[in-house]
Amino acid sequence: MTGETIALEVTRYRPGEDEEPTWQQYEVPFHRDWVVLDALNYVKDQVDGTLSFRWSCRMGVCGSCGMMINGVPKLSCAAFLRDYTPGPIKVEPLANFPVERDLVIVLDDFMAKLQAVQPWLIREEERPLDEGAYRQTPAQLARYKQFSMCINCMLCYAACPVYGNEKEFVGPAALALAHRYNLDSRDQGRDRRAWVVASDEGIWDCTFVGECSAVCPKDVDPAGAIQQLKLSSAVSWYKSFLLPFGGGPEKAS
Amino acid sequence: MLKRNPSNEPLFWSLFSAGGTITALLMPVLIVMLGFVLAAGVISEEQLVDVFEHKAFRAALVIVVSLAFFHWAHRFRFTLGELGLRRFDRPIALLCYGAALVGTGYAFAVVIVDWS
Amino acid sequence: MRRPYYPKMKATWWLQRRPYTLFMLRELSAVFVAGYALLLLVLGIKVYKGGDTLAAYLDFLDTPGMLALHAIIFIFAVLHTVTWFNSFAKAVPIWRGEERLAPWKVTLPNYVALLVLSALVALLFLV
Repeated sequence: MTGETIALEVTRYRPGEDEEPTWQQYEVPFHRDWVVLDALNYVKDQVDGTLSFRWSCRMGVCGSCGMMINGVPKLSCAAFLRDYTPGPIKVEPLANFPVERDLVIVLDDFMAKLQAVQPWLIREEERPLDEGAYRQTPAQLARYKQFSMCINCMLCYAACPVYGNEKEFVGPAALALAHRYNLDSRDQGRDRRAWVVASDEGIWDCTFVGECSAVCPKDVDPAGAIQQLKLSSAVSWYKSFLLPFGGGPEKAS
Repeated sequence: MLKRNPSNEPLFWSLFSAGGTITALLMPVLIVMLGFVLAAGVISEEQLVDVFEHKAFRAALVIVVSLAFFHWAHRFRFTLGELGLRRFDRPIALLCYGAALVGTGYAFAVVIVDWS
Repeated sequence: MRRPYYPKMKATWWLQRRPYTLFMLRELSAVFVAGYALLLLVLGIKVYKGGDTLAAYLDFLDTPGMLALHAIIFIFAVLHTVTWFNSFAKAVPIWRGEERLAPWKVTLPNYVALLVLSALVALLFLV
């Protein structure tokens, strides 16, 4: 195996120098146990120190090394070179996001959306500390557990053509996380989240392409979460006409 | 408590869903029976007329046809958006749902009003 | 200084990966399904008029062009049925305690309903 190499075709974008991204090819050693991130680190350390990319844990937990690999959003720490032979392997920044530099994307929009759905336990009234913790049965935990596995890697946004076409769309991960809290037996914030979640730019923009769930490295299934939210939100919408004295709309804080 | 979700999409989405479900269940067999089997001459003219003479059948026909139109309207509206026309969503929505509404009115006029 | 590059989505994005192409075909199925709804209306009008008009239309249905059109419509209708039923399990999770019912068990009743309704409609025209 020694001496074998594989080619990487990597997107380069140097703000201020390049008008638009260009390709650069690197020849890297081929090892069966190397992932694309290992190859990129080889380039960074041995060949070209100017190449920029994000990474941290190398084990599919931190969610920072997401890239388009041969056109598909992947964690580069989980994409083995051996699955892409004979190459070249195309490595691009995550689709649908502005490119800061090379393989680094601007994630401000995602961060704002994450916050907008208020992904934390909302209580109408906090229980005093001396009354103890909010208890939950294993069955109650099971309802939302899948949706709590998100590592914010943004692969789902890169896979979502709806987000690609319309940046106002709240998007898969944020909506799945909203669903995670809506489903939590300890939470009472569903109506407050609805002002973002059940808005035109929320679940109703989704056309159920389903690729968000297909590319998710943690099997979160945002597409399923959004369909479930559509169903429950539509029920609430019809109920609101049957219950005219249900009280006024509560403003999102 | 939230009085109403801040969007009117649930109305269109539920029409879309109702249409999706009813057409998923009925369209394949209707195409086979009223396309191929009818063309092959297996169904006699009298039999065909008999079925259509039933008020319940014609009412069901109008419901299926109308929901198929609304199903199309919603999907087609978003498909156009996904092909890059997202910023024209309002006029596209008006045209699509408007067409479905006109189609429903027409179906009602010819299959229910004229016939009775 | 930050100077991000803003990529634009091509109008042909749905041709670039197979799942996207399948998605677009699924969305396109609505055109054919609604198209058949129109054909149903036309048939209804012909039946209402009856006599020679109906006989001529029935002959027209038996022409190669109409049969081919029906074949294409049928393929898209089946695509619609299958994709619609399969998405049902995602939208409607059914729980038994801590276990979620397997998706195929949620989908299966849809196909049973399809068979029963199809048989009923077929009988309506045959018996």
